[in-house]
Amino acid sequence: MLSIKNLHASIEGTPILRGINLEVKAGEVHAIMGPNGSGKSTLASVLAGREEYEVTEGEVSFKGKDLLDLAPEDRAREGVFLAFQYPVEIPGVSSTNFLRTAVNQVREYRGLESLDAVKFLTMMKEKMKLVEIDQKLLSRSLNEGFSGGEKKRNEIFQMAMLEPTLSILDETDSGLDIDALRIVSNGVNQLKSKDNATIVVTHYQRLLDYIVPDFVHVLYKGKIVKSGTKDLALELEEKGYDWIKEAVDSEATV
Amino acid sequence: MSKDNQILEEFTSKEYEHGWSVNFEADEAPIGLNEEIIKWISAKKEEPQWLLEWRLKAFKTWQNMTEPNWANVTYPKIDLQSLRYYSAPKQNNKPKSLDEVDPELLQIYERLGINLNEQKKLQGIAVDAVLDSVSVATTFKGTLSKLGIIFCSFSEAVKEHPELVKKYLGSVVPMTDNYYAALNSAVFSDGSFCYIPKGVRCPMELSTYFRINAANTGQFERTLIVAEDDSYVSYLEGCTAPQRDENQLHAAVVEIYASKNAEVKYSTVQNWFPGDKEGKGGIYNFVTKRGICAGDNSKISWTQVETGSAVTWKYPSCILKGDNSIGEFYSVAVTNNYQQADTGTKMIHIGKNTKSRIVSKGISAGKSQNSYRGQVQVMKRADNARNFSQCDSLLMGDKCGAHTFPYIDINNSTAKVEHEATTSKIGEDQLFYCNQRGISTEDAVALIVNGYAKEVLNQLPMEFAVEAQKLLALTLEGSVG
Ligand SMILES: Nc1ncnc2c1ncn2[C@@H]1O[C@H](COP(=O)(O)OP(=O)(O)OP(=O)(O)O)[C@@H](O)[C@H]1O
Ligand SMILES: [Mg+2]
Repeated sequence: MLSIKNLHASIEGTPILRGINLEVKAGEVHAIMGPNGSGKSTLASVLAGREEYEVTEGEVSFKGKDLLDLAPEDRAREGVFLAFQYPVEIPGVSSTNFLRTAVNQVREYRGLESLDAVKFLTMMKEKMKLVEIDQKLLSRSLNEGFSGGEKKRNEIFQMAMLEPTLSILDETDSGLDIDALRIVSNGVNQLKSKDNATIVVTHYQRLLDYIVPDFVHVLYKGKIVKSGTKDLALELEEKGYDWIKEAVDSEATV
Repeated sequence: MSKDNQILEEFTSKEYEHGWSVNFEADEAPIGLNEEIIKWISAKKEEPQWLLEWRLKAFKTWQNMTEPNWANVTYPKIDLQSLRYYSAPKQNNKPKSLDEVDPELLQIYERLGINLNEQKKLQGIAVDAVLDSVSVATTFKGTLSKLGIIFCSFSEAVKEHPELVKKYLGSVVPMTDNYYAALNSAVFSDGSFCYIPKGVRCPMELSTYFRINAANTGQFERTLIVAEDDSYVSYLEGCTAPQRDENQLHAAVVEIYASKNAEVKYSTVQNWFPGDKEGKGGIYNFVTKRGICAGDNSKISWTQVETGSAVTWKYPSCILKGDNSIGEFYSVAVTNNYQQADTGTKMIHIGKNTKSRIVSKGISAGKSQNSYRGQVQVMKRADNARNFSQCDSLLMGDKCGAHTFPYIDINNSTAKVEHEATTSKIGEDQLFYCNQRGISTEDAVALIVNGYAKEVLNQLPMEFAVEAQKLLALTLEGSVG
């Protein structure tokens, strides 16, 4: 579904991603871990099409299409969803109104009829249950004054509404309390199918107890320096990143 | 140049939707401005002597005045002698009912999406349509007159209700008030008149629709609204004009008089031709709007959505004379390309326990300049006066400007005046967030801007709110991405 080959990207001339290779197949869950500043969010942003980042080398294909060639909104309409590490606030625009615009534009792109108010609200009610989100929150201005956890929960609610094929969750677990973590993870699991895939970016192995990954990758200095199974996450939890950093850095100096 | 600026650079060539004009035979005054022209207009309208004298007095006053230059706008000097001060579509006989109005004129309004046909009209809105210098049709007159409500063209009011006109004309905006108000008083051609008798709640929205069609013609209309004790009316005003290379002058005066316990809501959706992408053409909109809360517990509320005009100079104001009276001003002013807007309000607290609320939302894009100018004045006698002002500016790109000029003048120590101001930019972050959810940049801008202006749009009657939302989106179309 997603194939990233030798992806290099920089921002304002500073290289951040330095040759990422990653294959994600339908039905899979990949976890990406790595120290702060290693480029995890950058990778997510580049995939979603944020224009400040300049792709200097490499290719990304998504469902057979050249992803890098598509405008950000078309990537979304093709089924790429990014749950932001820091969701933005849009004053005066209710979540409901925002999502209705989004859902209908996505549907239009996919050749589906737009949903009228009743159908949309029915769908919303149904998806709300999935992440146990409160109706009141959705009638408020999007993310404005939401608590950290509420913002994250709302991201997953949006994911549920947009039914993406590739979801990238950037530290969705940070800021969630223990119960919320379970609820949100449950939601993500329920949305999982053999036709879609998930990339979870996280610092904590705890999340991976709920959303069990097929692969775990470690990103360091803009490269995937180690890949493994769920056990790798456990190992990292125990040992930290130093052993990986050392291995990589010593190799680099050779 | 960052992406942000780059996309903002690709500035809109969005065509003004109402830029067409129609050729029809017109009754026109000769070009120029002098006493003879004023007599000509007055005679044309078969006005009583007192009104002619009033006009001539205004003209004398005006001759001794100079054009104000304190507003934060620049434009070439207008040659008032090169304008025409009266232009009316020729109608064979003055139509007595809608059926007699020239279908061609009705069609002009049809094309603007305003149906003057009463059966088909949006339920609950009565319309007075003003084309160039005269009112061409007023709908729902019959229904309204049963309640004693007078809603007609200004000229008709002069003929049918001279005592009311005489009593209130110039009572809120004296002819000496300012340069443009004096000019208007001398040459005004038509406009709307509205009178709500004691104890009557007007059951429908009253609306005036101004359209400039003729070239080189100034439009000087005059609106007078009188609400007697315990009455209520909601009044709407809409405007468009054809696209022409030269600038056109629109200098209207609106007066509102609210008696005891009366409430008047005045909403404007202003969409005059703003000039083209290079700043050529467009309407100069120099308007004086003022209301007086003359009676205790009365309330006047101005809501405006300003999207058009090349230069706007406009300060709908409230004189809060009655005790416990309330004045409100809700404004969204959008400027794009080379538009300039200097708009705001004046709240003058005279009575005790008077309250005023100002919510101003400026949106600037392109190379435009958007200024809020507001004055809150609390007089000696106005114990416990309250004012709250919120002035927000939203910038799109870095070539436009937003300015805030709040003036506060307090002469009573019990007054409480609060002023809040913010300036924000449509962020790349917000746009990307919307894009990432599948929303196009154009729609994202519309969404964000409408969200920003929501508090003001919420004040508009439903049908107008929807229109206004579309208009905002349209005005800013292509301004990003
Ligand atoms: N405008 C910029 N100019 C220079 N460097 C930048 C710029 N924006 C981001 N970076 C750098 O890019 C690197 C990667 O950032 P990124 O947000 O992708 O890290 P991350 O792996 O998601 O970290 P975290 O775990 O803290 O979320 C960081 O060192 C960051 O400082
Ligand atoms: Mg990050």
